[in-house]
Amino acid sequence: MADIKSGRLDEARLQQRFAEVYEPLDRHEAHVESDRCYFCYDAPCVTACPTSIDIPLFIREISVGNANGAAKTILDANIMGGMCARVCPTETLCEEVCVREVAEGKPVKIGELQRFATDNLMATTDAHPFTRAAETGKRVAVIGAGPAGLSCAHRLAMHGHDVTIFEALPKPGGLNEFGIAAYKAMDDFAQAEVDFILGIGGIDIEYGKALGNGVSLDTLTADYDATFIGMGLPGTNELGLDGEDADGCIDAVDYIAQLRQSDDLSKLPVGRNVVVIGGGMTAIDIAAQTKLLGAENVTIFYRRGMENMNASQYEQDHAQKHGVTIRQWLQPKALHVTDGAVSGMTFEYTSGTNGSLRGTGETVSVEADQVFKAIGQTPASDLLAAAGITLERGRIAVDANRKTSHVKIWAGGDCVAGGEDLTVVSVEDGKLAAEDIHKMLSA
Amino acid sequence: MADLTSNFVGIKSPNPFWLASAPPTDKAYNVERAFEAGWGGVVWKTLGEAGPPVVNVNGPRYGAIWGADRRLLGLNNIELITDRDLEINLKEITEVKKRWPDRAMVVSLMVPCEEEPWKQIIHRVAETGADGVELNFGCPHGMSERGMGAAVGQVPEYIQMVTEWCKTYGELPVIVKLTPNVTDVRYPARAAKAGGADAVSLINTINSIVSIDLDKMAPEPTIDGKGSHGGYCGPAVKPIALHMVADIARDQETAGIPISGIGGITTWRDAAEYIALGCGNVQVCTAAMTYGFKIVEEMISGLEAWMDEQGHATIEDFRGMAAPNVTDWQYLNLNYVTKAQIDQDKCISCGRCHIACEDTSHQAITNIVDGKRHFEVIDEECVGCNLCVNVCPVEDCITMVEMAEGTDPRTKREIDPDYANWTTHPNNPSVMPEAAE
Repeated sequence: MADIKSGRLDEARLQQRFAEVYEPLDRHEAHVESDRCYFCYDAPCVTACPTSIDIPLFIREISVGNANGAAKTILDANIMGGMCARVCPTETLCEEVCVREVAEGKPVKIGELQRFATDNLMATTDAHPFTRAAETGKRVAVIGAGPAGLSCAHRLAMHGHDVTIFEALPKPGGLNEFGIAAYKAMDDFAQAEVDFILGIGGIDIEYGKALGNGVSLDTLTADYDATFIGMGLPGTNELGLDGEDADGCIDAVDYIAQLRQSDDLSKLPVGRNVVVIGGGMTAIDIAAQTKLLGAENVTIFYRRGMENMNASQYEQDHAQKHGVTIRQWLQPKALHVTDGAVSGMTFEYTSGTNGSLRGTGETVSVEADQVFKAIGQTPASDLLAAAGITLERGRIAVDANRKTSHVKIWAGGDCVAGGEDLTVVSVEDGKLAAEDIHKMLSA
Repeated sequence: MADLTSNFVGIKSPNPFWLASAPPTDKAYNVERAFEAGWGGVVWKTLGEAGPPVVNVNGPRYGAIWGADRRLLGLNNIELITDRDLEINLKEITEVKKRWPDRAMVVSLMVPCEEEPWKQIIHRVAETGADGVELNFGCPHGMSERGMGAAVGQVPEYIQMVTEWCKTYGELPVIVKLTPNVTDVRYPARAAKAGGADAVSLINTINSIVSIDLDKMAPEPTIDGKGSHGGYCGPAVKPIALHMVADIARDQETAGIPISGIGGITTWRDAAEYIALGCGNVQVCTAAMTYGFKIVEEMISGLEAWMDEQGHATIEDFRGMAAPNVTDWQYLNLNYVTKAQIDQDKCISCGRCHIACEDTSHQAITNIVDGKRHFEVIDEECVGCNLCVNVCPVEDCITMVEMAEGTDPRTKREIDPDYANWTTHPNNPSVMPEAAE
């Protein structure tokens, strides 16, 4: 009998456990840390940031007691600087190339300083740091109120254009609201950030509308001066094993969304023995969170070596620090189903390089009350292909300005080809597209 | 093991580290704690005349500037001389000296600039068994408005006069404490010497406003909306003090006068630098006020270790060794050529040397070489100014290397091994051209 139940820990204890994962720097800590920055010339951290935030400048602004000025420097390059400060894998971006990382193995804590500055702005003022240009009368449609769409909408609104966002779900934020681990965005930060972004004015959101559901590219291109697609990856991959529809075999993306929308974490059902399949951020997020919710044994199974995981070393360490076991070179072979519910899994050992991964024939079976699938999300390729947009390996092909093959359509975020599926990259896509759209509309 | 014992104008102490006349030496409690911690001596906080003591403000007395992590770099104060009764101070001085006979006990004095008050106070101090007196001609705030402190120290004739009184009416060694709030410190030093001073001590604090409170629109420390200038001290003033010490050490009229060095001494190294310029001992205040008396342990162990390493058995062995090397600009060797050199193994590629040189100096450091971020000195442009060394965050990453021979790629001139200075330079308009044959 599967041991799945809610309330393994009470709500207060759960809130505390989640809140303690990433505690912010206080003012003194931020000042001390900001003093470590060397204010490098042509700083490597800026080059490494997908949105090219002027990091030395904002850190210097913090060090001299101008945290809100620092926030403006950040938001000028990245309007989601607050969320990026929480979710960016800084250890593989700005902090990886910090000269103090190179010199001492201890980078300036850029992400935490960014969070300090942006949080300070949001806590101390309601005034939006940017003003909207005179209204142009031009109208732009944006599909998806996730990071790419919101970033694009904000920049367009700032330039004086009117933006309508079409969002499939009843709430804005995209993966910021439904996707990432709860402990990274406590206190409803994702919605607070959306409210902040919309504070520029000139942006309307129509909920419950998506491509193929009340919105078509034909009508948008006819009705609007330009269109931006930031629809993300609506589908998820399947294991392709018998029993995938059994109780307890769960899509990690769905469960995380449920967790994020929960008003009482103790109501969430969680197994005693939890198996997570995958090697990316979603796998880490679901594993760490089920552990925090009170699961006894949480094990990530990954079919290649840990060095091949999409989740960074830092994220792997983070999961392990919270008691998650990571097992490598094991691929799903069979789901064990008892009385309609998952009871365990069999994995097959693998070997080989990336190109030639193969099963060795040896297997191992484990007990599982819950099996979370975190093996990747998929684009709406058919829908987009039908609309006549050029795709590249199923995702939308775009140029350097994030323009698609269609003269009036731009795209960005996870739905475009060649991206890294990071919030910060989506924000940059939206910003670049908005600038290009603005250029076109101003011509 | 190096011998740190000090004999300064006949005043003996187990080490050359004295606490300067200031709040840390205002009463027996503090001074005994200092002696327990290991300080070699103290200059008791300045005594005034008998009668009602001076009063201090009841609001903040100190202001400060800070470096990274609120490391205190400069401190300013508007405190006056002791605000305790003269008799209590004299009684405590007597008792403490009796209990700590091996420590230096010097008493700082400031009374009105008249013969009688000085005669009286000198007699009273002599009764305590103290080892010497220090004349406070430096306090720059409050007392100076009443014709004392810096108001005396800024008039060489007064310095000489008061010093003479103190030598006339007492047997104790007289140390004259000089104010830095003058144009040329050699004049007050000469006056002290002419008056018969046994030694000078310097510097007292510097006139200063450390900061303006932008909410109150008033100087800090702020007393009910107003602020006045204070006396500035701490690590930030050390360069100014060293210069003044050197000026006195190498002035022909004052050369050889014993000097007690004061000004921003925070570590053993600071002390060694003052002694190298000729000081017989040093006085410390701000460092103790920042970290407590325990710092003297670091000062003692650090100075001992360095002296052992250098083979100096006593303080006298290296005292004044740097003084002859302080000279005027016009005597610097213009044929001495250096170039900056960047140790690529130590370079962390922060680019600060490049941007400092590029924006503000001589465009002599690359930032991109063969399309890659790389910082290297361009000898053809490098004037050897040392700015890159000073802005580099990594110790010994950039060094100035002497070019002893060959051609300077910047000037295209052969390196001249001979010494030549401005006094004989052809561009010097005051150099008389040699008469043609």
